[in-house]
Amino acid sequence: MADAVVVHPGAEAYEPSWFRTYSKKIGMWLFLLSDSLTFGALLFAYSYNRLSTPGWPTPFHVESIRNASIMTGFLLTSSLTMVLAVLASSRGDRAWTRNWLLATMAFGAGFVLLHAAEWNKLIGEGLRWPLFQTLFDLQPGTNPEYVAATRNFPQFGGTFFALTGMHMLHVTIGIIYLGAVALRKMWLPILGVLAILCWWAPGPFHYGFYVLLFGLAICAIVLLLKPMDYTDHDIEVSGLYWHFVDLVWMFIFPLVYLMSTRISS
Amino acid sequence: MGNVQNTPHRADVGVVDSSVQHAAHAHAAPTGFIRKYIFSLDHKVIGLQYYFLALASVFTGLILSVLMRIHLVWPEWAIPGIGIIKDEQYLGLLTLHGTFMVFFVLTTAPQSGFGNYFLPIQIGAADMAFPVLNMLSFWTTFAAFIVMLGAFFTVMPIAGWTSYPTLSALPNAGSLPWGQDLWLLSIALFCAASLMGALNFITTTLDLRCKGMSLWRMPLTCWTWFVTAILGLLAFGVLLSGGLLLLLDRNAGTSFFVPGGLVVNGVQQRHEGGSPLLWQHLFWFFGHPEVYIAILPGMGVASQLLSTFSRKPIFGYRAMVFAVMAIGLLGFMVWGHHMFMSGMSPYTAFAFSLMTMAIGVPSAIKTFNWLGTMWRGKIRFYTPMLFAIGFVSLFVSGGLSGPFLAQPTLDIPLHDTFFVVAHFHLIMGVAAIFGIFAATYYWFPKMFGRMMSESLGRLHFWFTFVGTYAIFMPMHYEGMAGRPRRYGSMVVAGGLFNRLAALMPLEKFISIAAFVTAAAQLIFVINLFWSMKKGEKAPVNPWEATTLEWTIPSPPPHDNFAGNTPVVNHGPYEYSVPGVERDYVMQTDPASVHAH
Repeated sequence: MADAVVVHPGAEAYEPSWFRTYSKKIGMWLFLLSDSLTFGALLFAYSYNRLSTPGWPTPFHVESIRNASIMTGFLLTSSLTMVLAVLASSRGDRAWTRNWLLATMAFGAGFVLLHAAEWNKLIGEGLRWPLFQTLFDLQPGTNPEYVAATRNFPQFGGTFFALTGMHMLHVTIGIIYLGAVALRKMWLPILGVLAILCWWAPGPFHYGFYVLLFGLAICAIVLLLKPMDYTDHDIEVSGLYWHFVDLVWMFIFPLVYLMSTRISS
Repeated sequence: MGNVQNTPHRADVGVVDSSVQHAAHAHAAPTGFIRKYIFSLDHKVIGLQYYFLALASVFTGLILSVLMRIHLVWPEWAIPGIGIIKDEQYLGLLTLHGTFMVFFVLTTAPQSGFGNYFLPIQIGAADMAFPVLNMLSFWTTFAAFIVMLGAFFTVMPIAGWTSYPTLSALPNAGSLPWGQDLWLLSIALFCAASLMGALNFITTTLDLRCKGMSLWRMPLTCWTWFVTAILGLLAFGVLLSGGLLLLLDRNAGTSFFVPGGLVVNGVQQRHEGGSPLLWQHLFWFFGHPEVYIAILPGMGVASQLLSTFSRKPIFGYRAMVFAVMAIGLLGFMVWGHHMFMSGMSPYTAFAFSLMTMAIGVPSAIKTFNWLGTMWRGKIRFYTPMLFAIGFVSLFVSGGLSGPFLAQPTLDIPLHDTFFVVAHFHLIMGVAAIFGIFAATYYWFPKMFGRMMSESLGRLHFWFTFVGTYAIFMPMHYEGMAGRPRRYGSMVVAGGLFNRLAALMPLEKFISIAAFVTAAAQLIFVINLFWSMKKGEKAPVNPWEATTLEWTIPSPPPHDNFAGNTPVVNHGPYEYSVPGVERDYVMQTDPASVHAH
């Protein structure tokens, strides 16, 4: 049918849309529904392990909670700037849409960097997966509490790194996504530079290189295959994703951090 | 970015938006070979890609099952190129047979294949809501298929399609250093692809129905694709998590699924504190909806065909829709019935048992309505109708053993025997395959513009139908006699199986039936490819059916309706309407066609 030229009917040719909204938004909500089950399964695995392990360790102290609270503050602020970006886009203010998106990305990146530093510290002090030993040629841990938790309760470190790692991956994907929406093709070289910087990052964040490289490939395919101007709808959809990732943290923070804290000693 | 728009609701939908998006797709049909047939955005091409992927997988799975049947009865045979099949290789064959069949055939062909091709046409849309996502979904599935083939040709995983730990979680258990890793990687890719497909199907159904195509006028095929997509959306995300954790157990030394104190091949394992039951929960939370993902589209096809070829409206249209929804909902509440053997509180088992038996109610409603549809109809026994009736027959035969297995007390002695093998092969395996065959014979004229051979089709049906019963009916008896499943040949195993030696003639009978049935599938392949080239030219509406795909040329043009989105005035099953001259009313016929 080489001669078939598609003449697209307008919205009036269809039954009224469900939820009175556009398809991309429905698609994103559906994705988030599925992703919430992915996280739900991980949280179930965590709870299952925790409940079936008597004497679950509580090695987090004030400084851990302080750090995690600052991280939480970063994420919450990024949600606020995301809302402002959506507002700016809905009134057609392109400059401020971009600015607020960049601010959101900055706060997200701050979260990831703080998280990275925390991981490094914990791994150095002795909270580990057996894999880390072979990957990083680590010295014995310096904090007897973490060393004991790793030795006696492998599920503690197992679930901690799996849950927070999955969440961190989602935040990173979110930053890459927002960057593509805010900067479009300009984002590709920046992402490339960030990936190369990751190569020299300490500890497990060296492997961020591969995450960013993969993100770069996906961004390149999407941005080059569909060169388009992103509308306020696209901003709103990316905002949905960002708020969801924040929301997931609001489950992880109390379940993984606060409930594994011992303040008194 | 950021420009205010007062666009219509679906301005962002690729197919509606004629602006810069989808420039290659939206305006003219692609002419280059690669954009037209390889990286196509056209839902019809993608549907066919899925279909042929499933065809390749089903024959891989079929050959594996023939090898298994050879090993079970004639373990001393040397297969050319493989040699004598060892017991451990039998487990590898079993694992990959199950994996190919469940994921790459039963999930892929009825939903992603036919659903992709016909859902947009049946609801009057020019394409799926997200064509690029659709393409990515197929190519991710293809990558998953290649990775799984990699596992097939290198180190076959032996932990079954359910990949139960601890066998699957310990890299040094058995002979599987990284075949199991490939399996997990493939399944993770498959999860991602299914997720993309599922949200595309749901959005398309919600948003792209043409004027007049209210939800209650959708053909039952669309309803089943829709509900199946919801199941896929909710189920695959959980499997993804489970798969990632299992990969970590294998490669990062974590112990999510491995308890402490295990000694494998004389080596004490470093794992501690995990629970294999956790995997079973995560897996079956996906796994049970998965069997409905396999069978629901077949139910839709059977409903569509029984109504069309009986020249009668479907009996209880709304009851059918609600039954599909009920099956989908209950499907998420019964995963524990796969774990009665693993040990659980009797109260939990009771709850799961009750829920499982409750599924019998919507299933019985569907069966009753299928029979009611055929009752006193002017039945036209074309090949697709034969397969639709075969579907109902297999669904009943396989389904009747369900309520038995739903009782923990009966399930415990039967669960690890061939009784269960017979049960799930009849109800979700071969029944779903019959749905695929029925759909193929029914829609082939639309997809390829030619008719399939009726005589070859009938021959294929009778061989397959009789063969299926000959294979699986005796397995019930074997199971009740105590024949365990997942075991290699009983001939060489000696001691333990001596008491089952009397079953050997039956085993031989099953194997011979399996070989004949497998060989008979060549009739289908010959028919398929011969008819593509040489079949009789198909008219627009060869079956005198009412739904939208039968209003457009065979094969359909690139944009389905040539820019004229249809307007629907009738339900999908208006056959033998009193006072109407023809014995069917197309969905697009004017509203005034009713005499009364």
